[in-house]
Amino acid sequence: MDKKLEKQLEIDAVKVRIGIIEGIHEAKAGHPGGSLSCADLLTYLYMHRMNVDPKNPDDPKRDRLVLSKGHGAPALYATLALRGFFPMDEMKTLRKIGSRLQGHPDIKIPGVDMSTGSLGQGISAACGMALSGKVTCDPYKVYAVLGDGEIQEGEVWEAAMFAAHYQLDNLVAVVDNNGLQIDGKVSEVMSPYPIDEKFEAFGWHVININAHDFNEMEKAFNEAETVVQKPTVIIMRSTKGKGVSYMEDVVDWHGKAPDDEQYETAIKELKEHLAELENN
Amino acid sequence: MEKKATREGYGEGLCALAEVRPDLLVLDADLAAATKTSIFKKAYPEKHYDCGIAESNMMGVAAGIATTGKLVFASSFAMFAAGRAFEIIRNSICYPNLNVKIGATHAGISVGEDGATHQCNEDIALMRSIPNMTVINPADFVEAKAAVLAMADYKGPTYMRFGRLAVPIFNDEKNYKFEVGKGITLKDGKDITIIATGLMVAEAMEAAAALKEQGIDARVINIHTIKPIDRDIIVKAAKETGKIITVEEHSVIGGLGSAVGDVVLEECPVPVIKIGVKDVFGHSGPAKDLLQQYGLCADNIVKVTKAALGK
Repeated sequence: MDKKLEKQLEIDAVKVRIGIIEGIHEAKAGHPGGSLSCADLLTYLYMHRMNVDPKNPDDPKRDRLVLSKGHGAPALYATLALRGFFPMDEMKTLRKIGSRLQGHPDIKIPGVDMSTGSLGQGISAACGMALSGKVTCDPYKVYAVLGDGEIQEGEVWEAAMFAAHYQLDNLVAVVDNNGLQIDGKVSEVMSPYPIDEKFEAFGWHVININAHDFNEMEKAFNEAETVVQKPTVIIMRSTKGKGVSYMEDVVDWHGKAPDDEQYETAIKELKEHLAELENN
Repeated sequence: MEKKATREGYGEGLCALAEVRPDLLVLDADLAAATKTSIFKKAYPEKHYDCGIAESNMMGVAAGIATTGKLVFASSFAMFAAGRAFEIIRNSICYPNLNVKIGATHAGISVGEDGATHQCNEDIALMRSIPNMTVINPADFVEAKAAVLAMADYKGPTYMRFGRLAVPIFNDEKNYKFEVGKGITLKDGKDITIIATGLMVAEAMEAAAALKEQGIDARVINIHTIKPIDRDIIVKAAKETGKIITVEEHSVIGGLGSAVGDVVLEECPVPVIKIGVKDVFGHSGPAKDLLQQYGLCADNIVKVTKAALGK
């Protein structure tokens, strides 16, 4: 990846993080930890990789993304806003009465390809989109983003079997492996490890990467494009709460909003980081 | 009268539907031979996808297909479609209001020998409680086939209930037209109204004929669409006949009887007496004998109707 693009993606990802924090703070509720851990991924996909058009959000030829870990909605919304699907200012309406921006992704929102939120379901819908594309030889790609706690749901493994059986090589699943879920460490609550070997046993092509390195991301998604007759899963080791110092790797930040003081601290950090990136 | 199961109408209806909707895809969960999607599979093998014994994923896959604009049916037994996959139907199909049709066969106790684990008497209650969902329960082969064909241009999540048991074909295929949400008055009458759905419609007709011989003039209405329900036909019956008997091969909790009761309570309160499965599980046995035992037969409809009229 060229340096200029990498820098631009880093800048965009900070803007997405600011959107996440502003939205959740305004709403006084939401899931900052898991939104921040997948912010780099969604930035990479929507700002660089995916074929989408904010002026034609329902284009049948577009690439699709299903945020199976639907509680990461603020990250998806902020990324879509940055990509131009709706104004970033709308993040301030998150979770409020009358807002389009529901607590979990709603298909009616421009750019949102599937309603999700109940864990384990999005990956099945992504399989359906991918199968449909195969049936009529449509060129689009389907991306599904899963949480590492989410893969405790049995439906995920039904879908994993289905995707391999029907050789859905137009499907890429990403597991956001931040290691934490509401009740604690995923390894202690109900260990899904080894995640890579499980998917491999289900017949998937498996790639392990660092979730906060755009070069690794680029390589992984390029590799996925070369895989035929198999779905690909990218397991990305991430930091929950990434980008806000006091939230990083702290389980308590799974599902609560920062208070006013915490909000100021977070925004100050993020804006300083943004200025640093923009001035260098 | 010739007999055929409504699930046969489902399988044949899918074939007829494929002719007008070339984008149709059919999913099944390892039950194609039983749900009769096998009829469709034989004619259109490239449009039939088996999802294996994984109903939850199947419903999600159907939702994903629907987002791409294709028409999709997902099939299983009522128990596993409405029961096992309930939450996927709610959150992945009905909440995003996707055009997924669910073909649920082997509903009710007439599943027979397989027993209680497979006899779903709760599906209508579950499905009609979800916003955006349409619930259809055809009465005979002709109606089942026509209902499936009607899905060519009926948008939105739809749950279609079919039976395993061969039942009389009383509709005429040449003249029958299926209209979603429209009840059908099969026999006029002024003393009382029997409102039936699904496999119980033929039993209700038989009961009405027996009642006529005993001097009771019962109206018979077939409600094939339980949601949205035909309010007008129910209110008219309540006003004109003063009493209603509902008959369904389903729990008396939350099914046709409850749906009719909701309308009557709001618009024209009259007694509604519900014939159905009375908050108990089924058990193994031949379907015909079970229907008798649970009072889901013409004899019992006659008995209950006469009692309602104090005769």
